[in-house]
Amino acid sequence: MDEIKDVVLEYVIDEYVEEDDMEVTFDTPLISSGLVDSFSMVSLKAFLEKKYDISIPDADATPEAFDTVNSIVGIVEKHKS
Amino acid sequence: MAYSDTRRRMFAESIDAIKEKGLYKEKRFIWSPQDAEIEVEYPEGASHEKVLNFCANNYLGLSSHPEVIKAAHDGLEERGYGMSSVRFICGTQDIHRDLQDKVSAFLGMEDTLLFPSCMDANAGVFEAILEAEDVIIADRLIHASLVDGIRLCSAEYDTFKHMDMKHLRKKLELHQDKRHRLIVTDGVFSMDGDLCPLDEMCDLAEEYDAMILVDDSHASGFIGKTGRGVHEHFGIMDKVDLITTTFGKALGGASGGCVSGRKELVELCRQKARPYLFSNSLSPVIVAATIRVIDILSKTTERRDKLEENTKRFRKGITEAGLNVREGVTPIVPVMLYNAKLANDMSRDMYAEGIYVIGFFFPVVPAGAARIRVQLSAAHENEHIDKCVAAFKKVGEKYGILGLDKKGIVEKYGM
Repeated sequence: MDEIKDVVLEYVIDEYVEEDDMEVTFDTPLISSGLVDSFSMVSLKAFLEKKYDISIPDADATPEAFDTVNSIVGIVEKHKS
Repeated sequence: MAYSDTRRRMFAESIDAIKEKGLYKEKRFIWSPQDAEIEVEYPEGASHEKVLNFCANNYLGLSSHPEVIKAAHDGLEERGYGMSSVRFICGTQDIHRDLQDKVSAFLGMEDTLLFPSCMDANAGVFEAILEAEDVIIADRLIHASLVDGIRLCSAEYDTFKHMDMKHLRKKLELHQDKRHRLIVTDGVFSMDGDLCPLDEMCDLAEEYDAMILVDDSHASGFIGKTGRGVHEHFGIMDKVDLITTTFGKALGGASGGCVSGRKELVELCRQKARPYLFSNSLSPVIVAATIRVIDILSKTTERRDKLEENTKRFRKGITEAGLNVREGVTPIVPVMLYNAKLANDMSRDMYAEGIYVIGFFFPVVPAGAARIRVQLSAAHENEHIDKCVAAFKKVGEKYGILGLDKKGIVEKYGM
């Protein structure tokens, strides 16, 4: 469980954080804060699908569902099972 | 009644929500031709004010240039007002072909196709040339019209951090299994005024077998020694595969845009791009005037040289006055304020000082990056620029931000 959290957080930091001083945690709002825009969200979705061999339907890939690392983990778990 | 009171109320609530978020766009009316000095009615119903315009895309001051106006008149007299047709039925005149040829020669490209706007060019170009087995790799801060066009295309897409070439390299490596890779960037980014590192991008494109599309809407006519654009600035005129650009900014300022580039790619747009196929031809008036604009710019660099001098004068003045500006060389100069309310309040005070500038904040720019965007023009005279700098100094002093860096402004006003 924690492993997914850590993998997603590491990806988010590597992929989206541009300023060294910006701290991102499991609960940091990503999309509603403007850190990740909906256009750039696509790479995160593609990463999750490849990494966990899942398919996330567009209906589930909403900005709300992708807003924190914790909520993203929820989506991954839903589609892994 | 299909448009019931309930439905009306629902739409009205959507408008209220926009207002509550502070994103409502107010009406502003200009009672004069577009120029360095304009007559403005703002707010609606208020008395008209003569103000200096520092927020137009009129980079070369050609929007109301007498030669351009005369060419528009001649076009109207000689070729009529409208075409009442799309291009491929009976909407292509000799002057449409002439303009395409002139744009190709000006930009150093093989072929060009006119669109009703650059928004339409960007909406149509991707779906016309790419398919599901291809990938588009775009800078994260590209213009909204490119984003829309990419979303309309069946190709996969991915993004890279703004102007981060290491990240672009990583994405190119990731997508080596795709048939075609297309890198997409703005030449000059409209909110930050920064110039994309096109030379490095072209090197990466070669290394990883990718094509490059540049939207040069905020560059065509004035970036580069003879104003051909960002590819001229970097001395790589032959390395770019596609340029999209507008006639609605430096190149006369009316409307219209184009896709210019490799002849096969342009031909595919001619055959398949939906905004080209399903919207009317550019009016002969605009075509004739744009031809004159290209002729003027092909003969002399006087106007882009003046714009360059104006840009230097403003950047020097505003920096010495103690405002926090993003460094750069383009005539787009963001005065960074970080806080949205501060940007709004200061732009209102600037208007009271006779300077027309606009505050921009999230979601138009990233959260915490609010600014007033200043745009220089060749139509500005030294006294206009000096008045703008003096107004910024006065208003900046009122808000106590002169000499403050990002940390200082954020400590005082928050983000």
